[in-house]
Amino acid sequence: MCLAVPAKIIEIENQLVTVEVGGLTRRASIVLLPDASLGDYVLIHAGFAISKIDEKEALETLHLFEQLSDGDSDNFSDLQD
Amino acid sequence: MSLPFLDVFRNGPQVRGLLAELTMRLEGGTTRRIMEVCGTHTMAISRQGIRQALPPELVLISGPGCPVCVTSNADIDRFIEISMLPGVIAATFGDMLRVPGTRMGLAQARGQGARVQIVYSTLDAVELARNNPDKEVVFFGVGFETTAPTVAAALLEARAAGLTNFYVLSVHKVVPPALEALCAAPKLAVDAFLCPGHVSAIIGPDAYLPVAEKYDMPCVIAGFEPVDILQSLIMITDQLNGERSVVETQYSRVVRPDGNPAARALMESVFDPCDAEWRGLGVIPGSGLSLKKEFSDQDAGNKFDVDVSYSREPKGCICGAILTGVKIPTDCGLFKTACNPGHPVGPCMVSSEGTCAAYYQYEI
Repeated sequence: MCLAVPAKIIEIENQLVTVEVGGLTRRASIVLLPDASLGDYVLIHAGFAISKIDEKEALETLHLFEQLSDGDSDNFSDLQD
Repeated sequence: MSLPFLDVFRNGPQVRGLLAELTMRLEGGTTRRIMEVCGTHTMAISRQGIRQALPPELVLISGPGCPVCVTSNADIDRFIEISMLPGVIAATFGDMLRVPGTRMGLAQARGQGARVQIVYSTLDAVELARNNPDKEVVFFGVGFETTAPTVAAALLEARAAGLTNFYVLSVHKVVPPALEALCAAPKLAVDAFLCPGHVSAIIGPDAYLPVAEKYDMPCVIAGFEPVDILQSLIMITDQLNGERSVVETQYSRVVRPDGNPAARALMESVFDPCDAEWRGLGVIPGSGLSLKKEFSDQDAGNKFDVDVSYSREPKGCICGAILTGVKIPTDCGLFKTACNPGHPVGPCMVSSEGTCAAYYQYEI
């Protein structure tokens, strides 16, 4: 029930936004995330944006145990492009 | 839409590397029992095959984090009875539809003439009230801190729109008091908690401090991809090996240090903490959310007087013990025989996040 999907905000109109999820567009409310803005990646739970997805944090998390895994450096450098 | 910086959290070689690292840290040590609190984690772990891939020294135990599953039969029966009243439209998220109550589930109630409407968002339920001014729309408020703010938003929206026919039956629950109750229970044999990602996006990591500090339980807030889960298990293992008990956030791309204050403020403007009954855990003080006095005219619990004195838990079903990590689905005499997805006896078999459903689909 706490499922949430990542989406990108492609249009904002007051507290309603249009988001793109897996190639489809959908309406969502940003009443729980008032500082959301155009182009943000957000998590949508039951029609509401609940949190922004921070790309910098995502990359840092991936690097957390990077030295432990063999042969993954290529994937990480891809991300920086 | 593909998010390249998220796809990497499913990267195969990365997953194998983390698994090897985890195995190395656990090898030859004592068995560590870690509870994945959240139902969405349970499903992800089962679907990704993580439980079987783990080294034998690490046992993952499912917890009480499926809101549908921890809802008591009395609460389910109450909503079903309300749905049968004339002039009522019962609005609910889809995962409650097939959950059995004492006499029937909502799906059967619908077969008997109840108007039960599945909604994707709480705002859809408000829309139902707007479009059906001659009906009373009752939304079943089931869910943790992730969902409760969306119900608060709907109540405020209905009020702002002047709708007097929108009601909520709130059986919302909050996670930290349940974890404390689990820690205080003598039967619990768990060494650490893998904490929910999206609940934590709202409440923030500090909400688990009492659990970590008072009960010496390592807590790591985890994302839902294989890399997230394995990284989090390594972080927990490091805490256990180092005899530390702190709250850490692996899912930092989503969970901010202060959570989501706007969502919390909205939730607190509509709900007050109350005691709540959890299937398997009993009544936990301060673990529920009831509507504030100002919203009593939208409180379906006040508005609709129904008798559910007949309520009882299903016979032979061990969902309660499964939800507290005391037993696993294969311990249940009904599992895969009398109880299956086509004919669920308890909620854990039918909820999309239920432990029995996860085991049935992916593990057995």
